[in-house]
Amino acid sequence: MTDLPTHTEKTLGLVIDLDTCVGCHACVVACKAWNTENYGAPLSDTDAHGATPSGAWLNRVHSYEVTPEAGPPRIVHFPKSCLHCQDAPCVTVCPTGASYKRTEDGIVLVNEAECIGCGLCAWACPYGAREQDPSQKVMKKCTLCVDRIDNHNLPEIDREPACVRTCPAKARHFGDLSDPESHVSRLVAERGGMDLAPEQGTRPVNKYLPPRQKDEEIDILAPLLAPVDQEPGGFLGWLDRTLDRLG
Amino acid sequence: MHPAPSLIFFTTLSGAGFALLALACLGIAPSTGWGGLLEFALAFGLALSGLAASTLHLGRPERALKAFREWRSSWLSREAWLAFGTLGLGGLTAILSLTGLPALFLGLPTALLAIATITATAMIYAQLKTVPRWHHWSTPALFLAHAATAGTLLAGHRLPAAILLVLTAAAQFAAWKAGDARTGPTTRESATGLGPKVRPFEAPHTGESYLTREMVFVVGRKHRLRLRSIGLAAAYLAPLAFLAIPPAPLALPLAALTHLGGTLVIRWLFFAEAEHTLALYYR
Repeated sequence: MTDLPTHTEKTLGLVIDLDTCVGCHACVVACKAWNTENYGAPLSDTDAHGATPSGAWLNRVHSYEVTPEAGPPRIVHFPKSCLHCQDAPCVTVCPTGASYKRTEDGIVLVNEAECIGCGLCAWACPYGAREQDPSQKVMKKCTLCVDRIDNHNLPEIDREPACVRTCPAKARHFGDLSDPESHVSRLVAERGGMDLAPEQGTRPVNKYLPPRQKDEEIDILAPLLAPVDQEPGGFLGWLDRTLDRLG
Repeated sequence: MHPAPSLIFFTTLSGAGFALLALACLGIAPSTGWGGLLEFALAFGLALSGLAASTLHLGRPERALKAFREWRSSWLSREAWLAFGTLGLGGLTAILSLTGLPALFLGLPTALLAIATITATAMIYAQLKTVPRWHHWSTPALFLAHAATAGTLLAGHRLPAAILLVLTAAAQFAAWKAGDARTGPTTRESATGLGPKVRPFEAPHTGESYLTREMVFVVGRKHRLRLRSIGLAAAYLAPLAFLAIPPAPLALPLAALTHLGGTLVIRWLFFAEAEHTLALYYR
């Protein structure tokens, strides 16, 4: 049944910190690696070593130039994967019931054995979170690593999505966003976590923490300070004097 | 959006087929004798070849029958049921009608089902909030208008077909103009939550992906005006000119063929011109 659950026991999701993401794509690679070898059909590639490589990925990192009202532009790295929306349009458009949202934790999943590969869910998603696997021709999407988070064969520290586990900048956080006391909910409250494209009415679970304001002013006394090393000594001092003399 | 030939043929041919079936079932198109057999065969041929084309769009066509399951929430599933119902009931109507028995008591519900089928086909696209150009009542209206025009041409009604051609052309022109202005509520700033000015700096991948191929299709917009002119000429003006030729047996098939050909161009533009919100993340 592709009706959405009216209530989920938990609301598992990611909180992504756009301030600390360094755009290294480690989450992208960790995601592909884990999800190629575990849950569901492998994430295949076409022409992987040729001139036009392409393939299915569940997580991709864009980079944007953001120009503030005042001050210089800055680069913001922007990881994007399934937001596990509360009102997921990808679920309701599915003609077969392959696409569903779990009642227990709100994770949006695809039952690959039921998927006919019509691609309508990918069209219905505003975020580009779903891709058709080029080899298996079924729809693939982020599962929040369901085979890690509930996997008691893994050490407890590894029971989180591969992207979160691997992020060297700790820009990705995983938890229950329906629990106001969870660390992800506190992060969202403290840092003003936001929804992507809220006007689409999808009510995304994943939240993005906006980049912090950069220091805009330098100390007004700075120009009055003496340069740290006006008279360099040693070899550099000799070089400086010699070059000056050469005019 | 990627203009997949399977979807272009599906929407064009099944629309024409279901409209002709509706007219034949109502007795407005020839529905008895050899003429009736020809009309019913043509209607079923068009509708079935359209539906067959739609299965070519599937990644796993062998699982197509699973699409009947979620009619409560999915327009694609509703379309499948309505098409199935229309063809079933239409088949019975055809048998009654061709054997000279009263058929209108079945023909009337078949015609209503046919209209519902064409509407459901259009709703697959019109329901998508992510594609502002499609997310509008004019999408089902135009699908119905094109189907009615093609059906009337194939049914051999010269004057009504000419009137429908003029009306559909005007509606299509208005829909293009309105669609050009309809950008939807989502901007790159709201999609990323970053502001006030956001410019893509680096794409997440150097090559093409399923996402860019399906939803960030750009080729069509380059030749938009030329293709619209070709579409208008082939789908409406040429058929109108052919309808002016005196002998009907020659004029009507020529008009119907050019109209269907032109509709294929217009349907190609329907997909190629439509922009998905995902494109905001890329361009």
